[in-house]
Amino acid sequence: MNDMRPIERATALDDTKISAKGVNVHYGAAHALKDVSVDIGDRLVTAFIGPSGCGKSTFLRCLNRMNDTIPSARVTGRIEIDGQDIYDRRVDPVQLRAKVGMVFQKPNPFPKSIYDNVAYGPKIHGLARSRADLDVIVEKALRRAALWTEAKDRLQSPGTGLSGGQQQRLCIARAVATEPEVLLMDEPCSALDPIATAQVEELIDELRQSYSVVIVTHSMQQAARVSQRTAFFHLGNLVEYGETGQIFTNPRDPRTESYISGRIG
Amino acid sequence: MTDLPLHGAMPEARPARSILDLDPRTRARNRAEARFRAYGLGALLVGLFFLVLLLGSILLNGLSAFTQTRIQLPVELLESELDPQGTRDPAVIGETSSLGYGDLIEAAMVQAVAAAGVPTAIEPGDLEDILSPGAGAQIREAVLRDPSLIGQTVTFDLLASSRVDGYVKGRVTRESLANDRNLRPEHLDIVDAMREAGTIERGFNADFITGADASERRPEEAGMGVAMIGSLYTMLVVLALSLPIGVAASIYLEEFAPKNRFTDLIEVNIANLAAVPSIVYGILGLAVFIQFMGLPQSAPLVGGLVLTLLTLPTIIIATRASLKAVPPSIRDAALGVGASKMQSVFHHVLPLAIPGIMTGTIIGMAHALGETAPLLLIGMVGFVASNYPNGALDGFTSPNSAMPAQIYEWAKRADPAFYERAWGGIVILLVFLLLMNLAAVLVRRRFERRW
Repeated sequence: MNDMRPIERATALDDTKISAKGVNVHYGAAHALKDVSVDIGDRLVTAFIGPSGCGKSTFLRCLNRMNDTIPSARVTGRIEIDGQDIYDRRVDPVQLRAKVGMVFQKPNPFPKSIYDNVAYGPKIHGLARSRADLDVIVEKALRRAALWTEAKDRLQSPGTGLSGGQQQRLCIARAVATEPEVLLMDEPCSALDPIATAQVEELIDELRQSYSVVIVTHSMQQAARVSQRTAFFHLGNLVEYGETGQIFTNPRDPRTESYISGRIG
Repeated sequence: MTDLPLHGAMPEARPARSILDLDPRTRARNRAEARFRAYGLGALLVGLFFLVLLLGSILLNGLSAFTQTRIQLPVELLESELDPQGTRDPAVIGETSSLGYGDLIEAAMVQAVAAAGVPTAIEPGDLEDILSPGAGAQIREAVLRDPSLIGQTVTFDLLASSRVDGYVKGRVTRESLANDRNLRPEHLDIVDAMREAGTIERGFNADFITGADASERRPEEAGMGVAMIGSLYTMLVVLALSLPIGVAASIYLEEFAPKNRFTDLIEVNIANLAAVPSIVYGILGLAVFIQFMGLPQSAPLVGGLVLTLLTLPTIIIATRASLKAVPPSIRDAALGVGASKMQSVFHHVLPLAIPGIMTGTIIGMAHALGETAPLLLIGMVGFVASNYPNGALDGFTSPNSAMPAQIYEWAKRADPAFYERAWGGIVILLVFLLLMNLAAVLVRRRFERRW
């Protein structure tokens, strides 16, 4: 197995979806993220790698303002999506999160039926005008998440009764059902076995057709497999950011080289 | 690589030992564990023993209140006494007070004693001591209901006096009557003969469950019914106020309130309120609700308000605990798909917390149902309730008592017949508390089984 071998992929570098400039995050007195500037491309998978506590998840949670729910967190700097500042006073984070969906580390389906899990987002955002509309949206989302064939006969059974990998794909279906433009994934495979991981990774590659996907991962193999660009975080700093192939074969920073060769982290 | 120091004293290597024989340390640990288990089992048995003792003594003392001694007495309702003009008009008949039936009862008793064939030295006027002082009123009510009874001889099922009842139940003996002016041993000879003849019988006492409290002289008539209604209205007020206020306050504190000094202060105060003696709430209710706001005394409405104050901290603490127990990942999931804070709380968090909230509420209500001290201070005690309320709404404001206050009232009255009724009241109260606790368990099961 040679998963470390980066895949040569054609990427359009000029199509920026998210642009972060000088982002700093403090949790109380702790300085968790130090002056991070990064441009994330549209219709690409961008992977954030780095050791635990390096700030990659913190940065991910800045992108849909989930850090707002932590009272001690303070975010400075500028993050733009399509040129609009998401920390602008006029931006309602609730509306932003409909545009920037998120999948969490631990599969967290609602304790409701599979159908209701997927339909919840479209319902609260008024995306469906009728029950038939909703049925179509739910089917589409489940098909995209590669869960339709397994779930179509048990849409009314509880989502919590699925296996771990199915639950995570259900969470992905729930996230894509609201038609987001960006999909944030915070270590989506860390609770899954290798088979479920492979399914989710395949799914991520397909989702790239329609979304800008940002994935935080502990597994460098996974970053190499699914992403076109990789950012390496260390101790709250963005150390290096570039084409995935370049990061894994020809890192410019010695810290990156130490990390991917297993000497630190 | 190793973290062990290269120099210095290394601990002696463990002596090689078969795992088949126990070393002294293991034996000592096993003994300690066995001892601890024995202590735990002992503590459990002591607790169980006291519980059995308590329940046993309550049932032993209280069950007799659910039976009552009655006398079948044929009474000749003389027209000349009750309705001399023969009008059969309830207004005219009503002019005869229950005391006016005394002569009829006396004559009936003389006849009954003669029929039983007991020669007695008791004056005819004292024979009616066998009957409850309320017997006259009982006959009068029957006559007013149906005036056509006048002129006939009707057999009434009259309550025996509390001493006769006590004699039938074994509480009163001939010796104990030596110091008792209410009944003489000679009366008991008559009672014995009438029991043999089957005209004095001990039967189930439905009036104890449905009836009202009675005056000091008539313990045989006293019942819990009106106090139960008082408790019911009080609990309605408690439920209607404490559940919405408690749940709203908890949701705000747990999900929305900023974490600062002010909310910390509120939190500490709520925890402390749960430990405030209940009588403090009683005096607060007296000062605020009755003296300042001018609400009526002894009213279940005021009782409910006071008990709401008492129940609120319990409900808030239980609700907050069950909100806290909802995993944060559910909140994240809802926010992640773009739900607002309120949507995430009401669509996802609250439904998961409902079993805990319901259990907390029912336990808090059960606590309030058994609470006596605050009711003493707002006057929901004493002989205040001799009648059912006149209407559904009247029940909130008409003077009433509550079950535990009624029990307290009976327990402090002098007549030992009331003592028996206090125990009986406790049996009824315990049945209600058991039912509420059962409801809490069922609610919890019902909602938790959903997924």
